[in-house]
Amino acid sequence: MPQIPAISFQNVSKTYRGGQVRALDGVSFDIEPGEFFGLLGPNGAGKTSLISILAGLSRASGGSVKVLGHDVVDDYAAARKALGIVPQELVFDPFFSVRETLRIQAGYFGVHGVDDWIDELLSSLGLADKANANMRQLSGGMKRRVLVAQALVHRPPVIVLDEPTAGVDVELRQTLWQFIARLNREGHAVLLTTHYLEEAEALCGRIAMLKQGRIVALDRTSSLLSGRASTMLRFKTDHALPESVAGQARVTGRIAQIKAHDAAEVESILATLRGAGCAIEDLEIGRADLEDVFLEIMNGAVQ
Amino acid sequence: MSAIRLAGARTLFRKEVLRFWKVAFQTIGAPVLTAVLYLLVFGHTLANHVKVYGQVDYVAFLIPGLVMMSVLQNAFANASSSLIQSKITGNLVFLLVTPLSHWAWFVAYVGAAIVRGLAVGLGVMIVTVWFAPPGLEAPWWILIFAVLGAGLMGALGLIAGLWAEKFDQMAAFQNFIVMPLTFLSGVFYSVHSLPPLWLAVSHANPFFYMIDGFRHGFFGVSDVSPWISLGIVGVAFVAVSGVALELLRRGYKIRH
Repeated sequence: MPQIPAISFQNVSKTYRGGQVRALDGVSFDIEPGEFFGLLGPNGAGKTSLISILAGLSRASGGSVKVLGHDVVDDYAAARKALGIVPQELVFDPFFSVRETLRIQAGYFGVHGVDDWIDELLSSLGLADKANANMRQLSGGMKRRVLVAQALVHRPPVIVLDEPTAGVDVELRQTLWQFIARLNREGHAVLLTTHYLEEAEALCGRIAMLKQGRIVALDRTSSLLSGRASTMLRFKTDHALPESVAGQARVTGRIAQIKAHDAAEVESILATLRGAGCAIEDLEIGRADLEDVFLEIMNGAVQ
Repeated sequence: MSAIRLAGARTLFRKEVLRFWKVAFQTIGAPVLTAVLYLLVFGHTLANHVKVYGQVDYVAFLIPGLVMMSVLQNAFANASSSLIQSKITGNLVFLLVTPLSHWAWFVAYVGAAIVRGLAVGLGVMIVTVWFAPPGLEAPWWILIFAVLGAGLMGALGLIAGLWAEKFDQMAAFQNFIVMPLTFLSGVFYSVHSLPPLWLAVSHANPFFYMIDGFRHGFFGVSDVSPWISLGIVGVAFVAVSGVALELLRRGYKIRH
């Protein structure tokens, strides 16, 4: 018997302003139980529209969304109980302490007497000493962690993180990912949207890429990377690149990155650079990462 | 028809009560002080000139009016300001992602509005009763009208909180609708002292019946029968609640 998907999007569309703006256009995919799934796309691609429909913050213009088989409109109570959503915006209720905030959030779901779980959440997220601090006294990164705790306090089997690490410092990001990865190992399905592609590459088993409201790629992360297994040449230079090479290069300040398909092509690029008198330093040859794949897909995807 | 599911409503109700209780100086203390100032100014200037219903001292007449006005305004303020603050700061999202039904939202917000209204009303009563103790002819009417009036205003506050997108829209609702209706409802005078036209206009104001019925509980006399007032306030409560529940069910201006 096939498993019920953790989240199922079926032909979801969303239009605004009487149909003039189409934010989502027939999006369909399933996220399996226990999966760590990444949803990537540039700003305005429709990621947040999709998450909002899933969370019940907005309504689809067409199609349906189910969480563990529960429709998010017709059976919204069961669907929302199964979901823990970390919203993108850094919001908080200034009237309450961290512990009060978490108790209240659990209570909305009919969950009471969860102080042990709250303590565990706080210590896993490095907030143990802030339990009784008012929300207003916390730094941005701490507020972000409280948002994560709020999403998890009713023990949902499906976790949705909408750009959870924006504005969070590196150390904190590590703490957060260790914790989310642990929950994933324990069986929670995780849907992650992020701008940090290295995070998606490190964490997600499968990835979908959205562009202009449509899915333009959906595959296992490893297949996405190996399917386009190009070699990447990275080096620093103070010179302008010769024209034949500049077209394929991605330049950030002094650092240039050029894609090559095999060793012969690497050799030919280096020869061209040498021939043009373009001195290079810190040469590295590596495999393409998710950012390369992302840019390639986004640049080549349907317009 | 979906069942009336109230799971989680108790938590939201407690949170809404805690929200105003934590700033009680502003949410209870300030309106009590305002009411006392009204009493001092109007009571002092008019005390020797006016008798109401033939025998009731003006200050004694004024006190229940001020109490009820405070109940109504604060019940409205609680639901409306809580909602608009949550909408503008964005923390309404914490509620929107929960399984709470529209009935649960309604019961919690209106319930907390009633508690705030009664708390302020009781505060005004305790502070002003020493100036001229009004009677206590029919206490049940006092309780019924206080609770029903606060509930009606809580539901109206919910509607205003859902509708308003900015603080100045909320202020407009409060200053151009709620304030005139409360001031012109017979808080400061018996409507029978008005010329016929304004008497008729007052009778079209639902706030008049809330205050008149409430006052009946103290003096045993009123401008209209408390049963008529109860009928009108009851119908208004059901109508306003119906609108509030429907807006919540649809997610009016909160789910897009």
